[in-house]
Amino acid sequence: MTQYVVLSAILFTIGCVGVLTRRNALVVFMCVELMLNACNLAFVAFARQHGNLDGQITAFFVMVVAAAEVVIGLAIIMTIFRTRRSASVDDASLLKY
Amino acid sequence: MNLLSQTILLAPSLEEGGAAHAPVVAPDTGAGGVFDLLWLVIALPLLGAFLLLAVAPFLPASAKATADRHGHLLGTAMSALSFVLSLVLFLSLLGRGAEQRQVGQHLWTWFETGSINVGMDLLYDQLAALFLLLITGVGSLIHVYAIGYMEHDPRRRRFFGYLNLFVAAMLTLILSANFVGLFLGWEGVGLASYLLIGFWQHKPSAAAAAKKAFVINRVGDIGLSLAIALMFATFGTTDFGGVSEVAGEASQSTLNALGLLLLLGACGKSAQVPLQAWLLDAMEGPTPVSALIHAATMVTAGVYLVVRSNFIFELTPVAQTAVVVVATVTLLWGAVLGCAKDDIKKALAGSTMSQIGYMMLAAGLGPVGYPFAIFHLLTHGFFKANMFLGAGSVMHGMDDDVDMRHYGALNKAMPVTFLTFAMGYLAIIGFPGFSGFWSKDRIIESALADNLLVGLLALLGAGITAFYMTRLMLMTFFTEKRWAKDVHPHESPRVMTVPLIVLAALSVLGGVLLLGDWIVNWLEPVTGAAEHHEPPLPALVITLIITAVVAIGVATAWFLVGKRDVPRAAPQDVSFATRAARADLYGDAFNDAVVVRPGASLVGGLATFDRVGVDGAVEGGSAAVGGLSTTMRRLQNGFVRSYALSVLAGALLLVLALLAVNLA
Amino acid sequence: MTFWILAPLMVLAALGILFVRKAVHAALLLAVVMIGLAFLYAVMDAPFLFAVQIIVYTGAILMLFLFVMMLIGVDASDSTVETIRGQRAMAIVLGLLFGTVLVVGISQVTYGTVVGLDTANSGGNVPAIANILFSRYVFAFEATSALLITAVLGAMVLAHRERLTPKPTQAALAAQRIRDYAEHGKHPGPLPSPGVYARHNAVDTPALLPDGTAAESSVSRVLAARGTVRSAPALADDIDDVTRQIGDPAHMPETSGKAGSPENTTEDVK
Repeated sequence: MTQYVVLSAILFTIGCVGVLTRRNALVVFMCVELMLNACNLAFVAFARQHGNLDGQITAFFVMVVAAAEVVIGLAIIMTIFRTRRSASVDDASLLKY
Repeated sequence: MNLLSQTILLAPSLEEGGAAHAPVVAPDTGAGGVFDLLWLVIALPLLGAFLLLAVAPFLPASAKATADRHGHLLGTAMSALSFVLSLVLFLSLLGRGAEQRQVGQHLWTWFETGSINVGMDLLYDQLAALFLLLITGVGSLIHVYAIGYMEHDPRRRRFFGYLNLFVAAMLTLILSANFVGLFLGWEGVGLASYLLIGFWQHKPSAAAAAKKAFVINRVGDIGLSLAIALMFATFGTTDFGGVSEVAGEASQSTLNALGLLLLLGACGKSAQVPLQAWLLDAMEGPTPVSALIHAATMVTAGVYLVVRSNFIFELTPVAQTAVVVVATVTLLWGAVLGCAKDDIKKALAGSTMSQIGYMMLAAGLGPVGYPFAIFHLLTHGFFKANMFLGAGSVMHGMDDDVDMRHYGALNKAMPVTFLTFAMGYLAIIGFPGFSGFWSKDRIIESALADNLLVGLLALLGAGITAFYMTRLMLMTFFTEKRWAKDVHPHESPRVMTVPLIVLAALSVLGGVLLLGDWIVNWLEPVTGAAEHHEPPLPALVITLIITAVVAIGVATAWFLVGKRDVPRAAPQDVSFATRAARADLYGDAFNDAVVVRPGASLVGGLATFDRVGVDGAVEGGSAAVGGLSTTMRRLQNGFVRSYALSVLAGALLLVLALLAVNLA
Repeated sequence: MTFWILAPLMVLAALGILFVRKAVHAALLLAVVMIGLAFLYAVMDAPFLFAVQIIVYTGAILMLFLFVMMLIGVDASDSTVETIRGQRAMAIVLGLLFGTVLVVGISQVTYGTVVGLDTANSGGNVPAIANILFSRYVFAFEATSALLITAVLGAMVLAHRERLTPKPTQAALAAQRIRDYAEHGKHPGPLPSPGVYARHNAVDTPALLPDGTAAESSVSRVLAARGTVRSAPALADDIDDVTRQIGDPAHMPETSGKAGSPENTTEDVK
């Protein structure tokens, strides 16, 4: 049991660092997906731990929400790329002091 | 004193079991006839002031030019009409019985708040009648004189407007039947005085003098306004009638406070020590102003206030003593100043201060002195106005030079001025038979009867008066010529000399008021009957002594001034006493050291504190917030990854907190 | 057992996402992680999620990533130079701290015995999930449908571009072309086609101008940017070498790409 949660934590941390260090918006998005998946793993593991299916249902909802998020997120990336010719998250930095 | 038994209005106060010595003021408001026109006495000059000051400037150009050319006639006419009306009123009052000589007139209710009800009431009694005659009479003469004196001034219309405003305010002061109305007039004359002292506002010295007079008068006004507030709190009214009726019921400390506050007010307006410093500077105003406001009328308002408030002062010996002390100090102070000044108007101003000291002294002596205070006030109004106008006439002839050291031997050049001035001179030193002789003699006599020391000091003052007036007379009209080269003294025009002649006649004949103790009996219903004190010496002996002292003063002046050469420039190697007197006995230095400079440094300190402390805290606080914000806003760098880093740091802290809570 | 095989693989693949430069590689590594997860789900008695993970995540979402990547350019590789000062160091330090704290914290916890899903899955996993989904979670499920529809609409709105000018007609385009020629001297005709030779024929070989130099406009700019353009004379030399080695002189005069070369010209004349 512990090993699943630890794996989940490791994957989540890697996703975090990826979001923080990568600049390509697509890769950043992938890292976010990685974090969501890490959470799903924990949910499924705990579903087995407690012997009910609520964790699996939650993981399912997370997937649905992730799908919706990816659709919108990628559309936004597309729009930004269309006007700025760049997929770097650092280039969209005009909203500042 | 032989008419003592005839006074009827004394009765109510005696019924109160001696708690109040002063008679109750009980005006007869049902008076008809000519007394219904009482308000007109004030309204006429007020209308003149309104027309000259508020209407004329807005007229079309041609009409305005006419107003500028003839405005002075309107002002003079208004004052003269007021005088005629005063005369008629006075004669009517004479025709009435003694018990009916307090006439009241209710004009309108001024304001009414809760239990406090102040009416615009007028009171015309024996005291007011005399003042009315003095103010309108002398005032009209000075109006006439000013027609000549201000002939070449482009702002003559405005000057006469101010004069009318002054007369109206002074009449309000005198005629008001309550202290609030009196205060209205009191402030009105203060305003007029301010405007007229600074009339030649292009001179910085005049502007400064006006400001100084105004500010010092405010100190006195605070005393008067506090006294009025205390009356409201104690008696619930400020009507002379109401207060005089219940004054005896107040506590002694309240009455003491009331008396001292009123004295403070009187000191400010009448230039008594310690609020004396403004009067000499006030001579910056045009000479008719000095004569009317700063010699004959306004400065005597303090004396009027004390005499009018006799029902309060009679109950508070403390305040009465204070009045006597202040008066004695002032009469000597003014006399010493008069000895040292070379500026003819300032010498006369010192003399004015001194003479008002005599009046205050008499007023401080109680019922025995009140009539003589008023008597001296009237005679002083005549002869001092006369001398001021004479000084103005001299200045007129000497191209506005005021330094007596540049005069000399003017008796030939200006005979009318000289003769009229001489009448005033003889009156003020108390030459037997002249008006000043009668009035001052009685004051010194009363003072001697009351307190030997005060009496002797008053006697000394009479000697000094004789000295400095003789000095002034000699330096101006006798000794050899010390004129500047291009000065050609000439006699003033008729319009100026006629008022001089009239005033000179009054100076000579003013003493008739004392015939048969007329003025004493006349004022007795207002001021109360005096218990007769037997003077330490027979009256005739005292008179002889006074005359002898005056003669010594005259002789001293003759030997010190008349027999020697008068240098054209004031000698500098003089005694300490002379230096002190030239410096106004360090009155200004005292004010500077005690009030002005500490006040200035206090204000400076407060300003510095405000600038450094308060502003520093406020602006420093905002600057600190601003600086911190400038630094902190760098965190808002627009990079979404930086924000994400902050989120991760927050999440880390959150997890650590969870662990700390769960594992601890 | 499965876990211990899959877990290191997944961690390695995840770490790879952090370091690879090209987004395509990152996507492929992510696919590895996701498929690994799917297998773990299967191990943990979640066959439904196993299927959904493969179909939705690996199949749909990841394909969407690749599709967008195609749209915005495969060559959008990430520069590894960090532009925000201290960002990378801080990210690594904080990430390590966070991971350590999580791992340490999790390993401190005792979970007790695993209940297992045998009871819950007794009637089959999918019917069991369906039972819960359409009873207890029915409102959440409906809300999810609303979310999905909203997402679809949002994607349409975001991806749609309003046409602000009328679509140019063929006549307008022709007129524009002639105007460009008149004003800027731009060639009005079609661009030259890439080199077409008897012995060599490819889009990455530029055509030759009459003076023998390469016509750069005849090759796609993308190819030029990639640096994969080849030159016809070089090819010709290669071919000549090969031909010479083969020893077939018959072809030599015809195949000379070196137009204007004196030797070839003389050979042609012969």
